[in-house]
Amino acid sequence: MSRQTLSLRFLQRAMALSAVATAATLCATGAMAQETFKVGIVSFLSGQAAESFGIPAVNGAKVLLDAFNKGAAPAPYNKPGFGGMKLEFVYVDEAGGATKQVQELRNLYDREKVDAVVGYVSSGDCLAVAPVAEELKKFLILYDCGTPRIFEDNKFNYVFRTASHGAMDNVALARYLKAKNVKVDSFNLINQDYAWGQDSKKDFIGSMEKIFPAAKVGQDLLPKFGAGQYGTEISALMSKPADVTHSSLWGGDLQAFILQSGPRGLFKRTQVVLSAGDHVLPGLGEKMPDGTILGARGAYGLMSPKSALNDWWWDLYEKAYNVYPVQAPYRMVQSLLGLKLATEKAMAANGGKKPTHEQLAAALRGMEWDSPAGKIKMALGNGHQAIQDTAISKTRWDAGKKMVMLEDIVRFPAECVNPPADMKAEDWIKAGFPGAKGCP
Amino acid sequence: MAATLTILIDGLTYASWLFIVALGLTLVFGVLKILNIAHGSFYALGAYMAATFVAWGASMQWAPAFSLVAMLLAAVAVAAIVAPLTERGLLRFFYGRDEVLLVLVTYALFLILEDVTKLIWGANPYFVSEPYAMFGNVDVGIQSYVGYDFALVGLAVAVGLAVWWGLNRTRQGKIVLAVIHSAEVASSMGVNVSRVYMLAFSVGIFLAALGGAFTAPMISVQPGVSVGVVIVSFAVVIIGGLGSIEGAAIGALIVGLARSLAVHLAPVAELFAIYVVMAIVLTFRPEGLFQRIQARKI
Repeated sequence: MSRQTLSLRFLQRAMALSAVATAATLCATGAMAQETFKVGIVSFLSGQAAESFGIPAVNGAKVLLDAFNKGAAPAPYNKPGFGGMKLEFVYVDEAGGATKQVQELRNLYDREKVDAVVGYVSSGDCLAVAPVAEELKKFLILYDCGTPRIFEDNKFNYVFRTASHGAMDNVALARYLKAKNVKVDSFNLINQDYAWGQDSKKDFIGSMEKIFPAAKVGQDLLPKFGAGQYGTEISALMSKPADVTHSSLWGGDLQAFILQSGPRGLFKRTQVVLSAGDHVLPGLGEKMPDGTILGARGAYGLMSPKSALNDWWWDLYEKAYNVYPVQAPYRMVQSLLGLKLATEKAMAANGGKKPTHEQLAAALRGMEWDSPAGKIKMALGNGHQAIQDTAISKTRWDAGKKMVMLEDIVRFPAECVNPPADMKAEDWIKAGFPGAKGCP
Repeated sequence: MAATLTILIDGLTYASWLFIVALGLTLVFGVLKILNIAHGSFYALGAYMAATFVAWGASMQWAPAFSLVAMLLAAVAVAAIVAPLTERGLLRFFYGRDEVLLVLVTYALFLILEDVTKLIWGANPYFVSEPYAMFGNVDVGIQSYVGYDFALVGLAVAVGLAVWWGLNRTRQGKIVLAVIHSAEVASSMGVNVSRVYMLAFSVGIFLAALGGAFTAPMISVQPGVSVGVVIVSFAVVIIGGLGSIEGAAIGALIVGLARSLAVHLAPVAELFAIYVVMAIVLTFRPEGLFQRIQARKI
């Protein structure tokens, strides 16, 4: 065998090896480029909570997914996907009760192999799934549910809530009444008979006892969730007229209550205050009585602060769905923005690799980030429970614009209407809001 | 006195809405022996169809009074289209089978129809509140009621009398009663039992849809409206006795008054007031107030 032949063979082998090596490198690069970050999104896609909360929130997630993957969000959210990883969402219906949701959550982690779960409107579902995620040591963000008990009665490492709990809404309502010098010698209540309604009622009564100590509770009504018919309740509220009528009704129940009580003149006889009423405004339009005081569970929708991020988000959502975003999509977007920053922070600490559930949890714990509704601070529950600013306002139908406008907006800093880190909301309210800062 | 009057009026208006829906449920059970879980879905279909018809009438700039006709036509449309499809296309294959199986079949139908309504009308709410203001307001003491609520009481009375008259004073009604008594004997006497089943089912569905159509102006029509109504309707027919028209009327009145009393006097008891009454009735009359004890066929 000649030296020339050997050289040729050597050259052929070298070329083959280099081709294999190049192919392997390309494959590896391809794999990196193809790497995805999979998120399970759980929200009501059917049933009574779908129209008001579940579907608008999922709609918000969908437009955001697209913007994230294109790298079209404004800085600091402008890296494509999550730190270069393509983002993928798996949607799950929250309807069916807590037992079903526990199973669905396990499926998301075990079968779908999601990297994170963001979800849950119902307080009952949140209370049921949080311990399961903790037991599985999997990362979970609760984006909406209101009960303060989740992080006040438990300690979690892998579970977070990226929005304020319900105490804020009722403290802010009571403070608004005081700020606007509304006469309150008596007040009636109508709230749904489940965790959300009961907690809202308790927080509002507690706040009123401190801010309006002379005010007396009149009617205290607790219709069931999904009652639909409120004729009897409206009669009961009109039988014992009060200066103020408080309600945390939401969705179809709130719409039915307004449609039935408006024509009977309830809103003219009493100052109605709604703790979570913004989401019914686009649908009800001129049927929404003027002068109703309402909150949105944050500075959302028509009460959102002016910022470049909010303008971008508002346009993105409005162009896609021909309606402006209200509380549910706002709560979804603030959770996903937080998740994106936490993931990228964890990746940076992990040498650019996809973070584990532990690393994600470590990154989000105690984090702060800007959202369209203002700053979100993971200040409570050992850095697992968010606080945020909120706003309360009054309704007015604008015939020219053919929409309900919100005026007399009063903004409340997060530290004014949320308890400090070392106190339960109920104790904080009972103690007269110690440490509250920046109240208007 | 004023408080008593308020409780009575509230009980009556709630009962009227409930009676229309429960009457359909009890009629279907009386004739076909089906505990129709999907009854609430037909109620929802009536509400959606009414929203569509009323909105269409408004877009054509027809007189506001047309909306009442539109709501009636909506219920007729649901009964004419959906009822025969359901009865002929699904339920007839299960006649004579275990009643529990039929409950499961109608439950499956309920789930399917929930999605069908979402496919057709989407998840966004529909508002057709214009007819609600049509009858103005009626002041009773310090209360101001909407005239539409009293119109619903009138509708419930008219519907109850029409169904009673139809069953007891017409030839077709007597045939239906014969089928209720014994489908086998009626068949041997030349009665087309299948036709009677379809007719009775259609009337039952018409009543559910009528309840939904005339409730549409008072609510936001959206997914989930079917759930609550079917539960409380079952309470009505169980109190009154399954298959009894008089029972449905009295059951609706009892439920309406029990709820009204609870809301006005002990709001915390509102949720279980209806079921406490049901439990008391069943303790003394396990077959319901108006159901005769029947020997079981072997």
